[in-house]
Amino acid sequence: MTEPLLEVKDLHTVFNTKEGVVKAVDGVSFELYPGETLGIVGESGCGKSVTALSIMRLQRPGKIVGGKVLFKGHDLVKNTEDEMREVRGKEIAMIFQDPMTSLNPVYRTGWQVAEPLRLHHGWDGKKSLASAVSMLTRVGIPSAAHRARDYPHQFSGGMRQRVMIAMGLTTTPAVLIADDPTTALDVTIQAQILDLLRHVNREFGTATMLITHNLGVVAGMCQRIIVMYAGKIVEAGPTTDVFAHPKHPYTWSLLRSIPRLDADRHEPLKPIEGLPPSLIDLPSGCAFHPRCAFRVDRCPRDVPQLQTVNDTQQAACWVTQAGTELKGA
Amino acid sequence: MPETTTATKTLTRAWTSSDPLLTITDLKVWFPVASGVLQRTVGHVHAVDGVDLEIRAGETLGLVGESGCGKSTLGRTAIRLIAPTGGSIVFKGEDITHMRGEKLRSLRRDVAMIFQDPYASLDPRQTVGDIVGEPIDVHGLAKGKARHDRIQELLRVVGLNPRFVDRYPHEFSGGQRQRIGIARALAVEPSFIVCDEPISALDVSIQAQIINLLERLQSKFNLTYLFIAHDLSVVKHISNRIAVMYLGKIMEISPGMQLYKRPRHPYTGSLLSAIPIPDPVVEMRRERTIIQGDVASPVNPPSGCRFRTRCPRAKEHCAEEVPALESFGDDHMAACFYPLD
Repeated sequence: MTEPLLEVKDLHTVFNTKEGVVKAVDGVSFELYPGETLGIVGESGCGKSVTALSIMRLQRPGKIVGGKVLFKGHDLVKNTEDEMREVRGKEIAMIFQDPMTSLNPVYRTGWQVAEPLRLHHGWDGKKSLASAVSMLTRVGIPSAAHRARDYPHQFSGGMRQRVMIAMGLTTTPAVLIADDPTTALDVTIQAQILDLLRHVNREFGTATMLITHNLGVVAGMCQRIIVMYAGKIVEAGPTTDVFAHPKHPYTWSLLRSIPRLDADRHEPLKPIEGLPPSLIDLPSGCAFHPRCAFRVDRCPRDVPQLQTVNDTQQAACWVTQAGTELKGA
Repeated sequence: MPETTTATKTLTRAWTSSDPLLTITDLKVWFPVASGVLQRTVGHVHAVDGVDLEIRAGETLGLVGESGCGKSTLGRTAIRLIAPTGGSIVFKGEDITHMRGEKLRSLRRDVAMIFQDPYASLDPRQTVGDIVGEPIDVHGLAKGKARHDRIQELLRVVGLNPRFVDRYPHEFSGGQRQRIGIARALAVEPSFIVCDEPISALDVSIQAQIINLLERLQSKFNLTYLFIAHDLSVVKHISNRIAVMYLGKIMEISPGMQLYKRPRHPYTGSLLSAIPIPDPVVEMRRERTIIQGDVASPVNPPSGCRFRTRCPRAKEHCAEEVPALESFGDDHMAACFYPLD
């Protein structure tokens, strides 16, 4: 077994709000292995983005109150701000959902893409720009030398996301964190960007953490997935196994509630009843229990931990941990 | 009595429910683009540019396309929320293209709209009762106790607790707000509702609740929907027929299953192939045709077929002539000179 590249151990990130303490990330542990694409799935507010931001130590105004993020033997949580600056953009790069707000509107695109090279490698303007142009070409920007002189607003949404990916890759980081990189894009452009990410993963061997709410996207991109609900990981495992026989009722019901393009006939959808919980006022025990079709007596009382339930899968559920199969009408 | 020609027949005979509910012919909606200090009109956005469409009573017609293709403009113009630049709209046998005044007001009692963003489409200073009651007041449909009862009934119908009448929108979740928006749309007892991306702002686990609600209401009140969305899997689930739009034009229209099984227009083909299917086994085996480039500008749309700039099958002819929608049998039409097999 290869060594993990990144190891998140029992991470806790909280936000102090007027209404109380929000445990956005509540004891999250996982590993990222070299060269793999790991999917982190969940609805808005489940803590998937805050997990990513905490790895980069960009979680402010949130606070990391516990846990470790081990990267190449170092605990990033203990790093100073200066040490973190060495990691960000050089070792771990991140691309965001909205490429318009994450590019600076007043600098030329080529200059921005070249910034990590000037900052981390100390290259001069000319050398770094030449390298940026070649990277822009590799991510599929036509006439890159010319487009490098354009400002971000002169690019379309899909092209801006390519620019972001190019910026992330200039220093050939070991890890690329992509936080919902395609939600703001049209489907045909989404297909282009996902194809580019697959290509990047193959060509550069960059380990990718893909954060998304779209189960279709993870199905086509990721070898392993992690499902989050209310700040916790509720299920983890190889993508094919999790989709074939999910071991957490949340995953199970989510998969049954979404319409599929390849469905052969019209069947009513089976929605998950109720609402995602408020993080301020979480249900007792398992946070999913009020919406769960498989609830047993123990669920409202005790919080289940993420545990191995078969050879490949882990789930935080009293029902499947007891060996019960999830089946429904 | 001898039969008159079909054209005059539709003009003289009263509308019956077996006729199309809405017939759109050569509809154009252009928006001026102003520029410079004097804000002179320098061109037009051809948002909807020559659309023919028929919506049948009781059906759900899905309308899909990427952002900026004109699908929302088409939906709003169909119920006269936007004035068309050209063409005609006939609703229940009556030409509503240039309808005004009292007649337009009475049209508003028969059509309604559900919006995408349940946060922006509800007035934060109105209570739920005010929001749902407003159409009732505007059209003078009920007063006093009858009005109160009607509001309570509407809330019950969309699955909200009737005791919520005095609460404000911010006290509700996204899914509940969308239910309020649906109750407001139902208040006038419309026969036709334009649903503009009604679920795309909602959490994944809430979307199915709203889709099922819309389906239930449709059969209960015999509604006709124009369902606008960019998510083809949702549209295929809810629609009887699907129209695919690209840069202001309908590219293909067909019963949903057939569109998926055998798309004829290359754009539909690439759109279908771009949609991820939540099944890793299927995804692994799928062949992807990823189309390159971005959507062209609707201010200066390409000559001939609008999709030709991104189309893998485009030939010279495609730049010279605009392909018309042609029948492929079985209620299936596509506008392409070199259709897929």
